[in-house]
Amino acid sequence: MFPTQFDYHRPGSVQEAISLLQANPDAKILAGGHSLLPAMKLRLASPAALVDLGGIDGLRSISTNGGVTIGAMTTYAQLRDSNELASRLPIVSETANNVGDPQVQNKGTLGGALAHADPAADFTAVMLALGASVKAVGPNGERTIAADDLFVDLLTTALAADEVLTEVSVPAGQGKVGMAYEKFRHPASGYAVVGVAVVVPVDGQGNAASPRIAVTGATSKATRATAAEQGLNGKPLTDQNIAAAAAAAANGLDLNGDHFASAEFRGHLIEVFTKRALERAAAQVK
Amino acid sequence: MTMTEAVAAPARVPVQMTVNGTDYAAEVEPRLLLVHFLRDNLGLTGTHVGCDTSQCGACVVYLNGESVKSCTVLAVQANGGEVTTIEGLAKDGEYDPVQQGFWEMHGLQCGYCTPGMIMSAHALLKRIPNPTEEQIRHGLEGNLCRCTGYQNIVKAVQYAAGQMNGGGTHDPANTADWERELAGKSDS
Ligand SMILES: Cc1cc2nc3c(=O)[nH]c(=O)nc-3n(C[C@H](O)[C@H](O)[C@H](O)COP(=O)(O)OP(=O)(O)OC[C@H]3O[C@@H](n4cnc5c(N)ncnc54)[C@H](O)[C@@H]3O)c2cc1C
Ligand code: FES
Ligand code: FES
Repeated sequence: MFPTQFDYHRPGSVQEAISLLQANPDAKILAGGHSLLPAMKLRLASPAALVDLGGIDGLRSISTNGGVTIGAMTTYAQLRDSNELASRLPIVSETANNVGDPQVQNKGTLGGALAHADPAADFTAVMLALGASVKAVGPNGERTIAADDLFVDLLTTALAADEVLTEVSVPAGQGKVGMAYEKFRHPASGYAVVGVAVVVPVDGQGNAASPRIAVTGATSKATRATAAEQGLNGKPLTDQNIAAAAAAAANGLDLNGDHFASAEFRGHLIEVFTKRALERAAAQVK
Repeated sequence: MTMTEAVAAPARVPVQMTVNGTDYAAEVEPRLLLVHFLRDNLGLTGTHVGCDTSQCGACVVYLNGESVKSCTVLAVQANGGEVTTIEGLAKDGEYDPVQQGFWEMHGLQCGYCTPGMIMSAHALLKRIPNPTEEQIRHGLEGNLCRCTGYQNIVKAVQYAAGQMNGGGTHDPANTADWERELAGKSDS
């Protein structure tokens, strides 16, 4: 299998990439290629040109400055192996270690994962739960898009076709924060049949302070489980409160069913994996 | 007689890469996949195509020191890079310890998955020199084998780890269940 023909461009800067995207309206950005190339081989996508970000310096970095800023072309393997992330944002390194397999981790990028917005992707939910935002650079300059506004629908984001996602920023947490991502792995691909990411700050009394819970795999796009968040807010992380929040997690979500898992089963998985994730997060802030 | 108008052949772009220590230059279509460049242009058919859908790992090679599925990388993306395939692992006629492990532990049956399996195992041991059985299975998640049931592949990787870490067997703390069972049997 091979893709249809296309022109290949390898710009040396983000500005050059944007000019190429403007000049080639049917072009697509190529990052790690681990969603785009399989789709092109299956002829589900046939872009006239590819603009490969692989030749741009400076998009592959992890920097800490209060919060954490991660370049769009940073691979899962870099996230997985970063000592800085392992101590500051363990949810990121853990999740990276469970995306696909080591070869997918060597090529796939954080920017690609968020820009692709696969409904079963892992990092969409993790970045929603972390309250992250992305920087998008286009012909009219740059703008910041909150993860909450980035995912619009199935494989659709708020990015324009001539905008490059250049970095992802996670704000600094205040005080103690528990965080965990739990997924029901598709046994063949590793994608999330259901994945739940939780980030739970606690106040001085040990009560959840504006917890964020995000679900992937179950709906057309990664989404916040607001019913569970509201139920838990301001309460101590007792077994009972966790169970109640987990039971509410699927409320209001428009669940997908397919040959692998029915909507009803996915609803059940959301409860189970929300509970597991919250229990792990609670243990971290005890 | 009417002549059909000639259609321009797809544009080709130059690529240059070092494969198993040899520099190669070629002009390729941008859509050419790295695995086909290796197999068809260079004749290095040790790298296999199993699924062609990024799932099976039969096509795994090193690209700039990282293991990748070469069916999911364009040859042009590897431009200027360094590639090692299964053909490049043996040194001076001596098998690499991972190859030895597959030989000694009967880590293959039909052999179709083997080149990719060995490359992935090699990359795993570079990152985690003394992996637990669980780490071995996790590290080989991107490689499918239809024959062995994976048991002997795990043994092969453990054997290789032992060879690489000073010739003995691997760390007893990481001894697999099957080894403990065997040890138990020979005791009685
Ligand atoms: C076998 C296999 C298993 C997988 N398992 C998982 C899994 O368990 N969990 C999971 O989450 N994912 C999984 N994936 C998908 C993987 O994570 C992809 O790498 C990821 O979805 C896309 O990242 P990429 O860098 O490869 O992007 P690409 O494939 O290069 O691009 C994807 C899309 O995003 C656009 N794009 C990329 N970068 C940018 C940017 N910086 N700015 C604007 N647009 C951009 C591209 O134009 C394209 O439309 C798997 C993939 C494979 C092949
Ligand atoms: S042929 Fe490349 S992963 Fe199967
Ligand atoms: S030995 Fe036959 S597929 Fe692995």
